[in-house]
Amino acid sequence: MKILINLALGLLFGAGLIVAGMADPAKVLNFLDVAAIGTTWDPSLMFVLGGAIAVTFAGYRLVLKRQAPLMASQFHLPTPAPIDARILTGAAIFGIGWGLVGLCPGPAFVALGAGNVEAAFFTAAMLAGMWGARLLSLRAAAPRHA
Amino acid sequence: MTPTEFTPLASLVGGGMIGLASVLLMLAFGRVAGISGIAVRVLPPWLDREALGRLAFVLGLVGAPLIWLLATGAMPVASFDAAPLLLVAGGLLVGFGSVWGNGCTSGHGVCGLSRLSIRSLVAVMTFMATAIATVFVMRHLI
Repeated sequence: MKILINLALGLLFGAGLIVAGMADPAKVLNFLDVAAIGTTWDPSLMFVLGGAIAVTFAGYRLVLKRQAPLMASQFHLPTPAPIDARILTGAAIFGIGWGLVGLCPGPAFVALGAGNVEAAFFTAAMLAGMWGARLLSLRAAAPRHA
Repeated sequence: MTPTEFTPLASLVGGGMIGLASVLLMLAFGRVAGISGIAVRVLPPWLDREALGRLAFVLGLVGAPLIWLLATGAMPVASFDAAPLLLVAGGLLVGFGSVWGNGCTSGHGVCGLSRLSIRSLVAVMTFMATAIATVFVMRHLI
């Protein structure tokens, strides 16, 4: 049951990306190209983010009033953490890759499913990068042996 | 570059669907819909028992174009400008950066901003800035 709900929510999320036009890297790059404001600039991405945040902001307010989620014992909210060099570095690196290709993780999987060879190359490299970052951060967090 | 049409209504509706999926994920499992966090935890080491659920969510993303094809008769369009080497470089940077910075456009952008997280706001402003700078360099300087 949990598996099926996860699958359905992934489909809904992916369909949202397709309807929004975000599975097309050209649309993302044309948003990021602010030097083209007045010519080929495409502000659609702001509407995607606006629509998503409006629904999520309102929905979270209702859902988080509950004692617990429906199918888990507790909410797993990100724990408050300082704004340190790590989050700035990670976000900066992520943005450079996003600007090079026009794909972030969600749209990468959707474009992969649409059968794009380019997306396959991108997604394989992305998963390798993700895995490397996770292994590195787990190693950094592990207690050191003397 | 490939010109694209400004689609405010479709993008707003699609954004709403993304938001709905994020809210339902919180309601069902109590988790934020951060795609980088979900995807990387499909890979080992598995520190909890949710890896299969995460895999199902990712497979849902991959399967969405197929459902789209069945419903509309056409695959969604994805046009790439980047050369193969840039695709791989971009993938590595997106993957590493999103996990190192604890989130991407969904985790920080949608879920984090909706929770009014200052940390996520700083992350979003940082990756927007470097992405805009990168596009400027690639399109107007090189």
